[in-house]
Amino acid sequence: MVDHGFVPVRAKLIEVAAFLDRVERYAVADDFRCAALRRAAALLVDGRPARARRILEQLSDPTTRPDAVSSGKAALGAWAGQPPSAKRKA
Amino acid sequence: MRYIEPHGHMVSRTTDDYQAMVTAGCQAVCEPAFWAGFDRGSAAGFRDYFRQLTEYEPARAAKFLLPHYSWLCLNPKESEDLGLAREVLALIPEFLGRPNVLGIGEIGLNRNTRNELRILEEHVALAVRHDQLILVHTPHLEDKLKGTRLILDLLRGHPGVRPGRVIIDHVEEHTIQQVLDAGFWAGITLYPDSKSSPPRAVDMLEICGRERIWLNSACDWGVSVPLAVPKTALEMRRRGHSEDFVDAVLFRNPVRFLSQCPKFALRAESAG
Ligand SMILES: [Zn+2]
Repeated sequence: MVDHGFVPVRAKLIEVAAFLDRVERYAVADDFRCAALRRAAALLVDGRPARARRILEQLSDPTTRPDAVSSGKAALGAWAGQPPSAKRKA
Repeated sequence: MRYIEPHGHMVSRTTDDYQAMVTAGCQAVCEPAFWAGFDRGSAAGFRDYFRQLTEYEPARAAKFLLPHYSWLCLNPKESEDLGLAREVLALIPEFLGRPNVLGIGEIGLNRNTRNELRILEEHVALAVRHDQLILVHTPHLEDKLKGTRLILDLLRGHPGVRPGRVIIDHVEEHTIQQVLDAGFWAGITLYPDSKSSPPRAVDMLEICGRERIWLNSACDWGVSVPLAVPKTALEMRRRGHSEDFVDAVLFRNPVRFLSQCPKFALRAESAG
């Protein structure tokens, strides 16, 4: 498992790190998607299982009612609303 | 090796792809109706598309000795124009008797709006009325979790829906269990940048059981890999899964679901 999986995943982790560096250099790290990525990355090392599921949940729209109208735009990969934890801190 | 591609948008693929799929062991391809990359302007545009899915594309696949099946609907992305959507819904029954039509799909939600839900409900009613199998598309990225919950609520609330005849596609780690727990089939889509990868798909099979799951490439005009399903067999074998496991997930599972439509048939030599 580790022999086969380690090097490709190592490469992906470095891509994440380089992306976070890059958005800072370009002064766009405040974008809500970058903030969501940093919050999601914290789940990788919290020592709890089901990391993939929990990261997907954290990047999801947590609301439950259908939207009245379509924005006409495609999904962006992270929810643009405020997660409950960020709201508390703000 | 034998496998089924239960979800491929072949109208946007080349004949080279057909050749590669057949060479890799594909025994049948199923093509759900989907968005063309732009909103169609009229019901006549959909009628032409349904003719393509039921006449032209099966003939193209037949040149490679590959059985081709299709699913019909209006894609959730095009549900916002309720007038046009209802015109298209009215067209569908005349195509349901065609020999390669398996059911209604891929219906579902895109941005989780009220109009999308309305048209989803009307598609479900149509499927129940005509005793059709149902293939459901779940939304992309941050919309998937909410959309899956709305879809499950709607399907569970409809007395005519039999979960064993419905597959909910594009599940990921945060949606698969609720789909299976509700008695539906789950589809895992193998995409390079979104949805699932082969290692994650095999993780889900190991954790959730392989009973009611199929894998698909959902290859279309976007970034996608028509051979993603057979390529996933390598990941299974690397982890020590048996050839029986590979065959069950890649071939026997989709055949079991799809055979609920009496029109689904394989070439004699692959059915054994
Ligand atoms: Zn599709």
